[in-house]
Amino acid sequence: MREEIIVRVGAKILTPFIIMFALYVHFHGDYSPGGGFQAGVILTAAFALLALVYGLAAVQRVLPPWFTRLCAALGVVIYGGVGVVTMLLGHNYLGYDALAQDPKYGQHYGILLVELGVLVTVFGVMASVFYLFAGRGRSES
Amino acid sequence: MSLDFFVSHYNYWVVIFLMMVGFYILISRGNLIKKIVGLNVFQTSVFMLYISMGKITGGTPPILVGDGHGGEAMEHVVYSNPLPHVLILTAIVVGIATTSVGLALAVRIKEAYGTLEEDEINRIEALVEASE
Amino acid sequence: MSIVVDIVLLTLLAVAGIALLRIRNLFAVVMLAGIYSLLSAGLFTVMDAVDVAFTEAAVGAGISTVLFLGALALAGHHENRPGHTPLLPLIVVSVTGLALVYGTIDMPGFGGADNPVHHHVADHYLEESPNEIDIPNVVTAVLASYRGYDTWGEVTVVFAAAVGVMLLLMGGRRSRAAAGDHGQAGADGQADGAGHR
Repeated sequence: MREEIIVRVGAKILTPFIIMFALYVHFHGDYSPGGGFQAGVILTAAFALLALVYGLAAVQRVLPPWFTRLCAALGVVIYGGVGVVTMLLGHNYLGYDALAQDPKYGQHYGILLVELGVLVTVFGVMASVFYLFAGRGRSES
Repeated sequence: MSLDFFVSHYNYWVVIFLMMVGFYILISRGNLIKKIVGLNVFQTSVFMLYISMGKITGGTPPILVGDGHGGEAMEHVVYSNPLPHVLILTAIVVGIATTSVGLALAVRIKEAYGTLEEDEINRIEALVEASE
Repeated sequence: MSIVVDIVLLTLLAVAGIALLRIRNLFAVVMLAGIYSLLSAGLFTVMDAVDVAFTEAAVGAGISTVLFLGALALAGHHENRPGHTPLLPLIVVSVTGLALVYGTIDMPGFGGADNPVHHHVADHYLEESPNEIDIPNVVTAVLASYRGYDTWGEVTVVFAAAVGVMLLLMGGRRSRAAAGDHGQAGADGQADGAGHR
């Protein structure tokens, strides 16, 4: 597929829109279907498309494997960290009311942060797993 | 058995049929990747069972209409049950994560034994045991 | 009207399930599994579960297909004809299926507004979430706030699965390439497995 000019140009044009769509799905998840889980998977799909068309090495220059592994762990830390912060502020674990004066705003911030953790973890996990499956056997042959 | 009863239970029966198709693939096929596909079919049928339970006829998706603070628009809207949706949404993502672990195991087994067929793996194991 | 779409989609899913069972080329099976996922995403939309449909379309038809293809490229795509007769599995499956169908006879009909499922916590979520959380998408509100512990657990499980895949696949397979000999695949395999740990 590396020589197909239409596929190459098409993939290049589509990628930013797919990433934009993932971010839209994430940040608009409060008002429409979507959220961290879906956004993380769509974000991975953008990089999977690039890897299928341009080859794994090209994508790994942009998004190195250590970074995706870091993301996978970082998201869990963000999610758990929100819980610890609310506990330090004197509420229950993951009691978002503590995050702002008005409990409703606290809930909004809490949900946004927690969904961010989900997005980062799901993206990191899916991209790492994709790299492992796609990269195995290629480096040695 | 009336038509009404048939229509109101058709969902459950197809779900059970798909569940059994997945189960059958799982226990009757020897190829490990085919088994994982069967497990996925089984899993999706469980998702459908949950979502079928949450549906209300004439309902809308559980995204609140208007500004969400009552008012006349809200009185006439029926929402489907959001709880099964939440459970299944997370289950799907966990499902793909566990599927990828299964596929990774299958790849390692293929590399170690040179095959993915259950009976051939058993034969190789028996040979190894006999030679020891 | 939606019940007609519902029945048609369910029937197509049943057909796709049978085809999955019968096809022995695993590439075709993986493609068909993607179609199966897309059909079930359509079914979820008809049943008002838009968030779930979205996830299923992105995960089942997208990433899952890519991962399966990656695994097939590494593990080969031919499935042998099953060696033994399918009689025993068929009996097991029929008995289980009939027992489950017998169980559904007592279940409340599809789509009834007064089914017991709708009257425990779902009422509270739909009526109180505008006052307590104030975001329109109730699914997100329940997912991230009311059931935050639940989602926290799921995120951890996803992370743990990734760690599992890394442990399995990051080792490389140099020792097998060095051993080289395909005739002793079994013995090689065992040495291989021990060597990586």
